[in-house]
Amino acid sequence: MAGSGVVTVYGNGAITETAKQSPFSVKVGLAQMLRGGVIMDVVNAEQARIAEEAGACAVMALERVPADIRAQGGVARMSDPQLIKEIKQAVTIPVMAKARIGHFVEAQILEAIGIDYVDESEVLTPADDVNHINKHNFRIPFVCGCRNLGEALRRIREGAAMIRTKGEAGTGNIIEAVRHVRSVMGDIRVLRNMDDDEVFTFAKKIQSPYDLVMQTKQLGRLPVVHFAAGGVATPADAALMMQLGCDGVFVGSGVFKSGDPARRARAIVQAVTHYSDPEVLADVSCGLGEAMVGINLNDAKVERYANRSE
Amino acid sequence: MVVGVLALQGSFNEHIAALKRLGVKGIEIRKPEQLQNVTSLIIPGGESTTMAKLAEYHNLFPALREFVQMGKPVWGTCAGLIFLADKAIGQKTGGQELVGGLDCTVHRNFFGSQLQSFEAELSIPEMAAQEGGPPSFRGVFIRAPAILDVGPGVEVLAEIPVSFDKASCSDRASQDQEESTGSGKKVIVAVRQGNLLATAFHPELTADSRWHAYFLKMASETGEGALCCVSTSVEDPSFFQQAKNDLPIFQ
Repeated sequence: MAGSGVVTVYGNGAITETAKQSPFSVKVGLAQMLRGGVIMDVVNAEQARIAEEAGACAVMALERVPADIRAQGGVARMSDPQLIKEIKQAVTIPVMAKARIGHFVEAQILEAIGIDYVDESEVLTPADDVNHINKHNFRIPFVCGCRNLGEALRRIREGAAMIRTKGEAGTGNIIEAVRHVRSVMGDIRVLRNMDDDEVFTFAKKIQSPYDLVMQTKQLGRLPVVHFAAGGVATPADAALMMQLGCDGVFVGSGVFKSGDPARRARAIVQAVTHYSDPEVLADVSCGLGEAMVGINLNDAKVERYANRSE
Repeated sequence: MVVGVLALQGSFNEHIAALKRLGVKGIEIRKPEQLQNVTSLIIPGGESTTMAKLAEYHNLFPALREFVQMGKPVWGTCAGLIFLADKAIGQKTGGQELVGGLDCTVHRNFFGSQLQSFEAELSIPEMAAQEGGPPSFRGVFIRAPAILDVGPGVEVLAEIPVSFDKASCSDRASQDQEESTGSGKKVIVAVRQGNLLATAFHPELTADSRWHAYFLKMASETGEGALCCVSTSVEDPSFFQQAKNDLPIFQ
């Protein structure tokens, strides 16, 4: 409609209104193809190949893994497009990359390189402390982090086609991811049992659009694919997130900051597929070498990435 | 009647939901021994590389090949199509293992990256003749493969025209492929060969369940008498399935 002088009336169909050529079904579609899979952070083509060989269903191209961003500090930005292109050349699986929160030009650049998914991530230093990217304006699909149901639905309203928990990236500590997924699932259970008349106030309370809250109530789950992220370091962590109801798992620093990345990557992939089979889990958890060094989150000095956006 | 759905990775939940809409139970297959409990199988969409790796870890390929060779009905969508193909190009370095059985050549990720994913109305005369409904089907293509050529015994059920730029922007398309697809040509996106059905798009992502009905007919024609062989005890009891909630279907 741009430029034609015609004003379209807003609100004609819940969350599906989106830029031309790339309907929401196609954006969610790729996320649905990733279900039951593991998405791994990689910093070069060689790591991307290891991830692909281990059975990752996608890779996240980064300059530094979250653990290094934590250790080194400073401003974390979108990766060099050259690096992302190299990683894209090296593998056949989908490639994702991170853009700073609210930095829609980084997202435009990522779209121009032709990657498969953009992660609007709190792990990078936010570019806008109030607004997120208007993801409806893009043909490329977005994944966004959330700590609770309200945050998830706000992101979906902005056009995110996939949701992940925020967790605490780069800590190797699963506690925050568990907290966030329990919060989302718990709120959905509360919502399920709620009288329809009470949903208006509930939507106000969690600060989310009513239509999406109602849709979530009817579905009994988030209306898009929901992955776990932030602190997954072992196959058991991954299976825990799956049993809590996630559709798949992001592993950031957990693989390539461990003693034997190839082996651990493979074990986590198997753990996600066989998440409900303790025998397989026991089997794949054996002899993986050293896990990444974790960070205790009771320490107040540890920066909370999850609190960087609402 | 029950249908097995290979549940290593990908859109197996969506297939099970689509089967449920038709009143058929889909059971998740993750291990070779579980294949013995079903007479037909759906290989869902997903990342074919990942699915091949997982199948390899758990030694599923011999069982899957046997399943196909016994003439049991198998339907592959997207990644499943790649699994069933005798030959696939555009694979990762080092290639990937295939089940094979379907006499065709598949280009993995023919249409390119996610930005080239699309929806299209497909003309499906044979399907519509059998299943009724409109003569077209809304196909969702997600980083989809395409069938470049088929053997003599393969029936083509749907094709899609490709413009030249689409062929050239599929990043890994080698030059020799450019020639074979050319501009203004069509590529095949749905085929049937005996009891093997394969689609490059994802009928499990749309509300139109005619492809599932079509496959169920294939399955019931061949799998007569096998209907009662699955009792509830067959399922892994540790797999506690509380009426799983499904994602909505976006129109």
